[in-house]
Amino acid sequence: MSETREPEDIVLRLRGITKRFGALLANDAIDLELRRGAILALLGENGAGKTTLMNILFGHYLADEGEVLIADPGGTLSPLRGGSPSAALEAGVGMVHQHFTLADNLSAFENILLGTQSLARPWLDRRSARHKLDQLMEGSGLSVDLDAAVGMLSVGERQRVEILKALYRGARILILDEPTAVLTPQEAERLFETLSRLVEQGLSIVFISHKLAEVMAVSQRVVVLRAGKVVADLATDETNAANLAETMVGRAIPKTVRTAMAPGEEILNLNKVCVAGAHGRLALSDASLILRQHEILGIAGVSGNGQVALSNLICGLQAPESGSVILHGQAIELGSPSGMVAAGIGRIPEDRLHDGVVGDMNVWENLALEDYLTPAFSRTGFMRRGAARAHARRSIEDFDVRCPGPEAATRLLSGGNVQKLILARVLTRGPNVILANQPSRGLDIGAVTEGHRRLLDARARGAGIVLISEDLDELLTLSDRVAVLHRGRMSPAMATEEVTIRQLGLMMAGHGTERTAHDAA
Amino acid sequence: MRLEPRTQVPLALAIAAPAGAIALALLLAAIPLIWAEVSVFEAYGLIFKGALGSRFAITETLARATPLIFTGLAAAVAFRAKLWNIGAEGQLYLGALAAAAVGTGAVAMPTFAMIPLVLVVGALAGALLMLIPTLLKLRLGVDEVVTTLLLNFVVLLFVSMMIEGPMKDPMGMGWPQSEPIVDEATLPKLVARTRVHAGLILAILAGIAVWVMTQRSVWGFEARAVGASPAAARFAGMPVPRVMIRVGLISGALAGLAGVGEVAGLKGYLTLDLSPGFGYSGIVVAMLAQLNALAVIVAAMFVAVVFVGADFMSRAIGVSNYLANLVVATSLLTMLLASLATRYRLRWH
Repeated sequence: MSETREPEDIVLRLRGITKRFGALLANDAIDLELRRGAILALLGENGAGKTTLMNILFGHYLADEGEVLIADPGGTLSPLRGGSPSAALEAGVGMVHQHFTLADNLSAFENILLGTQSLARPWLDRRSARHKLDQLMEGSGLSVDLDAAVGMLSVGERQRVEILKALYRGARILILDEPTAVLTPQEAERLFETLSRLVEQGLSIVFISHKLAEVMAVSQRVVVLRAGKVVADLATDETNAANLAETMVGRAIPKTVRTAMAPGEEILNLNKVCVAGAHGRLALSDASLILRQHEILGIAGVSGNGQVALSNLICGLQAPESGSVILHGQAIELGSPSGMVAAGIGRIPEDRLHDGVVGDMNVWENLALEDYLTPAFSRTGFMRRGAARAHARRSIEDFDVRCPGPEAATRLLSGGNVQKLILARVLTRGPNVILANQPSRGLDIGAVTEGHRRLLDARARGAGIVLISEDLDELLTLSDRVAVLHRGRMSPAMATEEVTIRQLGLMMAGHGTERTAHDAA
Repeated sequence: MRLEPRTQVPLALAIAAPAGAIALALLLAAIPLIWAEVSVFEAYGLIFKGALGSRFAITETLARATPLIFTGLAAAVAFRAKLWNIGAEGQLYLGALAAAAVGTGAVAMPTFAMIPLVLVVGALAGALLMLIPTLLKLRLGVDEVVTTLLLNFVVLLFVSMMIEGPMKDPMGMGWPQSEPIVDEATLPKLVARTRVHAGLILAILAGIAVWVMTQRSVWGFEARAVGASPAAARFAGMPVPRVMIRVGLISGALAGLAGVGEVAGLKGYLTLDLSPGFGYSGIVVAMLAQLNALAVIVAAMFVAVVFVGADFMSRAIGVSNYLANLVVATSLLTMLLASLATRYRLRWH
């Protein structure tokens, strides 16, 4: 095990890193060590300071105090010049962001070369680069079609391109920010195999994640951050997932439990619905589903298999090409967001910052965004600012939105608090049907548990919920039934108790019961 | 040295930043003055005197500020919703043309209705002109920067055609100009024997109305949401195209009113030199005011001071009045710095 190695095996040492943003202490005297050939998991809630710390390491931010020491290939530690990504790159630090930084229109090869060659030279040295990359791919087991445009690659392949890019630049320390967030269980498995192969070859990895099972499986050490401080620095085999979760949040986590509930009457019925996608193809073809009261229907699938179309349909952003949508036994106006709001559908968008809120407007304005035309928020063409602010104050309290007040700019809120704001907006209307698209993406355990509790409360109240998620654990915890989307086709919904993760994974990859139906079509 | 975002802006800084920006702009514009071997203090003193040094100077400055307030508001309203109306110049001329068409006696109305008539018709003309690029943007995705800009030239040629042709003043000694606006349709002077007219009051009222609309009304709520995030506005159920059309109409109407003021308040007849680029200066005014309607009034006054004062200075010591453009343009740049300073904190390491 790595922790028995000699101290000179340390490749990265952070000493007393402190970073303030105004009054906020984002990092408070953080010490951290990474050993050669080890995987260190960095665990913490949103806002705990993980990203700030890694941004300091990678030179995006400059620490107020403390220093970063990085070993050269000989093993001697020397301080890294702060505030300069190029210095970090030169010292052998590579970073794979959660949102990839690749140019879609360039090939994988060109993306990897981008920025590595001198601008003073008129042409790219393709042959030696190609040779080096072939060797890298062979050694690491990261295989990618280098000549394919990145836009055509799957998410898992793009991630491999990102890792190859870092290795190609000579990274000896690799930082992976939430690397499995976008992968299927099978792809994640493959990533872990690659990572263990890479550390065997001497690469050292900082693995940022909030999925405890992964952290337990992949790392040798875990550093837990809470409110900018290191609260635990443990060998992974000396702890367990439950313990880590408590350390991270600072209190016991109530386990989300879905109590069995008899489904009520049918409220939403989609029958053979087709929704258009890009390039004249159908993003959703002949999808049917029935949603009843007191029920959560989970939709599994690798992203890009029709989730956007399904979500757009129920959110009112897109009208179907064909098929019927029946709400409470009646046809409703489709393709109109305000129509959907009026019909009592609560909508939690996938991209909460892009679609869910207007960042440059206040908290109270965002809370009124769907209902601003109702007498509660406006009268004779003027906003009822007092009433809207009072409503916002109640929502902030009821939903525990952490912000200075109704006048706070929404863009300054953390992701978890933006989600609470959206939940407040949606749930205070008491919707009968709720569409929740990736409601937990990018949120910390505290916010996730809170969101789950809210959805289960709504279910208990009698709402039916369509839950689209790429997180299978979440789907299996919350859903009464699960359906799988693959290439725009929806499988029949199965009772959650009767399916396994493995089975869902196979269906998500297209090897399920849908195969015959798909081939026949 | 790096920038960090501020979570709160101290009031003192919010006031000091624009003042500092203008001081810096004057300092930078002093460089060519020194180069031209004139006294900087004398030159700036003359600008001040020329714009504010006498009762007459002040009325001239106010008269110059009037169209700038209107066109500044036109730009501010549109830019707030991210509708890039660069065509206030054309809307101004079409508004002036419409006012001249009904205000030169061609339409007989009761006396009390004549002024409201020219105002409404001029505003309507500007609004309808702006409707074209707005619809093209919404329906066909045509970039409104291009269409609004190019429509300026279309309108200028159209005005030229009209005042050389059907609307030409037969008593105009052959000059290309319209017949004069009848007395009943002329905006009253605010101060006798000066050029400052009731359009100034209208412009200030318009500024207050636009501020109230933006900050307090449902329309403003929609326009700000659509401007800041069209995707979120659409998701929430706002009628995004309708909001854009409404914003376009209001913006065009404000620019049209600038034209009415110039033709029915100041000049008395329509010519092709009615506006020395008030439509374009309005963009500068709006940016200086950071799209705040009340600040537009102040910014328009500042720009008017610089232009009127520079004309006076130019006559007195022979430095080109082009200095005015230089001061205004430089202050636009320094204002960007100031807004950076209010939003970020500068830190040295």
